[in-house]
Amino acid sequence: MQLTLEFGGGLELLCESKKIHSVNVEPQNGAAKLNMKDLLLWVHTNLIKERPEMFMKGDTVRPGVLVLVNDCDWELSGQLETSLEEKDVVVFISTLHGG
Amino acid sequence: MEFNRGDSEASRILRDIQALKDTKSGIEHKLSVLEARLQEINLQDDAVSNGSSAPSSTVDSGFGNGLTPDMIYRYSRHLLLPSFGVEGQANLLKSSILVVGAGGLGSPALLYLAACGVGRLGIVDHDLVELNNMHRQIIHTEAYIGQSKVESAAASCRSINSTIQIVEHKEALRTSNALEILSKYDIVVDATDNAPSRYMISDCCVVLGKPLVSGAALGLEGQLTVYNYNGGPCYRCLFPTPPPTSACQRCADSGVLGVVPGIIGCLQALEAIKIASKIGEPLSGRMLIFDALSARIRTVKIRGKSVQCEVCGDHATFDQEQFLEFDYEKFTQSPLSASPLKLNLLPSDSRISSKEYNERIINGEAHVLVDVRPAHHYKIVSLPKSLNIPLSTLEGRLPEVSSALKEEEELNGIVSDSTAQLYVICRRGNDSQRAVQYLHKMGFTFSKDIIGGLESWANNVDRNFPTY
Repeated sequence: MQLTLEFGGGLELLCESKKIHSVNVEPQNGAAKLNMKDLLLWVHTNLIKERPEMFMKGDTVRPGVLVLVNDCDWELSGQLETSLEEKDVVVFISTLHGG
Repeated sequence: MEFNRGDSEASRILRDIQALKDTKSGIEHKLSVLEARLQEINLQDDAVSNGSSAPSSTVDSGFGNGLTPDMIYRYSRHLLLPSFGVEGQANLLKSSILVVGAGGLGSPALLYLAACGVGRLGIVDHDLVELNNMHRQIIHTEAYIGQSKVESAAASCRSINSTIQIVEHKEALRTSNALEILSKYDIVVDATDNAPSRYMISDCCVVLGKPLVSGAALGLEGQLTVYNYNGGPCYRCLFPTPPPTSACQRCADSGVLGVVPGIIGCLQALEAIKIASKIGEPLSGRMLIFDALSARIRTVKIRGKSVQCEVCGDHATFDQEQFLEFDYEKFTQSPLSASPLKLNLLPSDSRISSKEYNERIINGEAHVLVDVRPAHHYKIVSLPKSLNIPLSTLEGRLPEVSSALKEEEELNGIVSDSTAQLYVICRRGNDSQRAVQYLHKMGFTFSKDIIGGLESWANNVDRNFPTY
């Protein structure tokens, strides 16, 4: 399934400073659908090149990271259980504190 | 002699500079006395013409809308906006807004809030104006370097609009004074630069029931949202658990393009104005994300108020008393004032001061100096003959350290029973300690860190060495 993944707020530094990634991810373990839980593991394995602890904690993103599925907070779509569809845009953004 | 001539010319210039500086501070003092006197006179005049001492009060001027002729003229372009009009301006003139932080975000926010006619505008900051602030903190001028940011910002605001009330809070915001300060304002603008302040300000706004306009900027990105507005989420609804300290980068370490906080600060002023004048839809339950490099602004939908939020949720019991006792520095594991980290990882015999290192250079000691800063830092300034191996690449570049040591030993004709020394330096002396820790583990047990890094070199050895 074709997805666009974006990293911001400094998270792009974990994946070779590339902000936008067009990727192909298939549902895992013969499941019919791909959900965010699967995608996080896929990103962790395939895109995160350094300091993985800055991206994930346990089975979810670390505190301070907002996840947006099609410009909408994943809290509103079921977090890890959010199912993804063809051409979805998933944004991972670290909250900023500077000023 | 050449040297003496240069020396006496330098001291003459230094004397001239000092004399001019003395004159300048004399003039500045006279100016501030006159400005204070002028404000007193203005206040008295207002009191006479309005029958009130508050310059923000909109006592009926006889034209039926509460605006004086001067106000009508000054704010005419606002009044001409059908969706803003007299009502929007009158609401603005009656409102009070507190801006926490007179830095990169606070600068444009304060300028616009003063200009637009917010009745009472408060500024909180404990910092002084520094030269390295000037590229983004555009409310300050060179004349104020070394002086209080609040005084500097207040003077700029007054010079734009002398008819509003500007309140100076020259102190760091802490739990002990936050309730008292914030309670005097209708709206709070968070223009701070660190995580504990952001949690503290949000919690305080929840406890006092104030809307919070929150902005942040770093590098080439910015974020903006409105918390605790009309049943919307608070900062903790979004971020119940604080991020690890390593994820909280500071402008002083990571850099920031000056105009980026400028844009976010302007948007903060806009959101505050919308709330104060009661127009439009404030950015609550949504977040604006700005990426300067791609020139993209996206506004995303974020979660609403969390039922489980420990501060504003349905079962939350967080009150003023708990706020006063809450330790925000412990909660976020970082200090409220964004002072640089000072690690102490090494035993004292593995560290030397910048002065000692200078003596060793003078004594001609055979040594290698490894500078572990990132390459783009090294390009700004570096010590002569230092070897740049960024900390993140040290692991793979140990052979370079070994061969540099060997080369130095050969150059100095050192025989096998003694070796060249190995020193490690960075910007402030934290990464150099991490590097030495690693080098010790990898067999370079003689390596030493230079305490306080290049900053200490500039302060204690070579005053002309640039700092950044």
